[in-house]
Amino acid sequence: MTDPSPSVPKSGHPSGDNRFKLLDRTITKHHGRGDALIEVLHAAQGIFGFLENDLLIYVAHALKLPPSTVYGVATFYHFFRLKPKGEHTFVLCMGTACYVKGAAGIQQTVEKHCGCKFGETTADNKISLIQARCVGSCGLAPVAVIDDNVAGKLTSETALKRIKEFQSTTVEVEA
Amino acid sequence: MTVEELREVAEKEHARQEQYKHRVLYCSAAGCISCGADATRDAFKNSLKERGLEKEIEVLGTGCMGLCGQGPLVKVHSDDTLYERVDAAAAKRIVDEHVVKGTKVEENLVDTTVPFFSAQTKVVLENCGRINAESIEEYIAVGGYEALAKCLTELQPDEVIETVRKSGLRGRGGAGYPTGLKWGIVHKAKGDQKYLICNADEGDPGAFMDRSVLEGDPHRILEGMAIAGYAIGASQGFIYIRAEYPLAIERLKLAIKQAERMGLLGNRIFESQFNFRIDLRIGAGAFVCGEETALLRSIEGRRGRPRPRPPYPSERGLWGMPTLINNVETYANVAPIINKGSEWFASIGTPKSAGTKVFALAGNIRNTGLIEVPMGIPLRKIIFDIGGGTSSGTEFKAAQTGGPSGGCIPKESLDLPVDYESLATVGSIMGSGGMIVMDSTSNMVDVAKYFMEFCKDESCGKCIPCRVGTVHIHALLDKISKKQATTEDLALLEELCLTVMKTSLCGLGQSAPNPVRSTLKFFRSEYEGLLQKPLEFGPSSNGQGSDKHE
Repeated sequence: MTDPSPSVPKSGHPSGDNRFKLLDRTITKHHGRGDALIEVLHAAQGIFGFLENDLLIYVAHALKLPPSTVYGVATFYHFFRLKPKGEHTFVLCMGTACYVKGAAGIQQTVEKHCGCKFGETTADNKISLIQARCVGSCGLAPVAVIDDNVAGKLTSETALKRIKEFQSTTVEVEA
Repeated sequence: MTVEELREVAEKEHARQEQYKHRVLYCSAAGCISCGADATRDAFKNSLKERGLEKEIEVLGTGCMGLCGQGPLVKVHSDDTLYERVDAAAAKRIVDEHVVKGTKVEENLVDTTVPFFSAQTKVVLENCGRINAESIEEYIAVGGYEALAKCLTELQPDEVIETVRKSGLRGRGGAGYPTGLKWGIVHKAKGDQKYLICNADEGDPGAFMDRSVLEGDPHRILEGMAIAGYAIGASQGFIYIRAEYPLAIERLKLAIKQAERMGLLGNRIFESQFNFRIDLRIGAGAFVCGEETALLRSIEGRRGRPRPRPPYPSERGLWGMPTLINNVETYANVAPIINKGSEWFASIGTPKSAGTKVFALAGNIRNTGLIEVPMGIPLRKIIFDIGGGTSSGTEFKAAQTGGPSGGCIPKESLDLPVDYESLATVGSIMGSGGMIVMDSTSNMVDVAKYFMEFCKDESCGKCIPCRVGTVHIHALLDKISKKQATTEDLALLEELCLTVMKTSLCGLGQSAPNPVRSTLKFFRSEYEGLLQKPLEFGPSSNGQGSDKHE
């Protein structure tokens, strides 16, 4: 709106990875403007799943920003992931309502069972345990978002049951 | 689009709705969707199809119906019957009994005469749960965009500002700055380009009011923003919304597209000289971005780090231009004020805090959900009449408002009127509207620690009092909860809270000690009970030890 638009790369990525063309489309939509960085990173994470260094450098070049700025923004916001996700995600809400209703107990049980902390992925790369600030379904507290589906009124037992289901299925769930 | 064309759309929509014998409304807000509202919808559609009734009965999704703990909720519109816990089997029963035979299904029926419904006053939420959130026609049919038409065709910008100022509307984001005054400042500020922002970065854990409004009545926000844009002379608006609300983002995108197609956003709206467009900006999970200067940075694509004020955003905001920032709920109040007048609005609530406030009621309370009450209502009424008391049946201990920036209200203050000033007197804040109820099982030191951990993680790291102070406050609280602390630690904690509060750069740090300070004020004995006993031969605090030796 204020700055004139800098030029936009047209060629994609030297690796020939077609996903970069998808990303270019978002960059073009924003006229390659630096202030669209967060939008572009959202798109990049949507396409690639996580933001690896090579991708961040690509974005930096495309938006004509120093790589340090791009890295700084990507690490500042919780939503951006610099490491790949596990096959399944288990997002436990730690909002006040969920906390008051015993989310901390569920957290401990799940961590003990999976052998890793929230914020990490299990050693077999099966389940990523993620903590959320508040998913806004406070009426159903405690809540977890398991593979994009909200599971409400959770207990340690029901949470463990869902996790064990993931661990027993091997090839079938591949979405 | 002209005003006449707008009314035509409304009439057409009324006629369309009258074709149906019944309209079955199911709640399609996030809470009910999580309980399986999609399955309920499919069950309705299937059993209507089986009976060949799909042309006579309309099934549609609406915004939040309020009683989030009992979802999925369904309303049969013709006689305003509300049903709770409607699963697929219940849906079929409702079709068989209510829709076909006209007898209500008792087991799922909700009594709407109870205080949960009757004690509420709906202004912001009047359309939530009544109209299809994904249809602009339905919004227009209930009088939508009439206020914008009135502003553009009958009122001058300063008349709009005057109306809002007289209504007594105050910012619903928490601080309560008079909205009309803010608009006036941006209106007068000099700048070639002015911007307008809707702050939908609802970061407080335990708050979902803005989300429900955005999901249930998105056009209301767009209309409020357009009116504000006209009043201050801005042609570009942004909605800064958190990425954690995918459904709200989707509905807003759709709403913007619909409004643009009808010419209610874009160039020459209602054939006036006024142009206005709205873009979405998706946040990326940083609590500090709810602070206005941090939010500006984030919209500019940078790290969300606050800067000192002044200059305030109303003078130097986005890209250095005058910028108006208001909360979702504030914008949602604008259209009714224009339609019904400032006197009407000022008559609701208290003289200093006019209007209503939406609260997200959660925690250990029987009726969890979304409520809207007039300002100044006693807390007791919210907790016991509307909320139905604690869910466990044990004694009410405290209500927490304002999230990590707010404080606890103990049971001694249950008769406190809920408005900006009264809440401040007990060391809490209105906040954006999360209200978490705690019963006697809640450990207050633990609650304070929980909020401090939140602030510690969310501190942006720019200023030292907040970055270092929150870490040390958290460590002290941890020490206390592990029964390793002494009276000196408690004194240090209090001193540190004061330092962080007084010397932090932005609202996050300044208010971070609030939960600790307020729990210390009202539940000090819980802290003291966890302290280590002073050594037997050491000097003791109450002086009894020295008496014995004399």
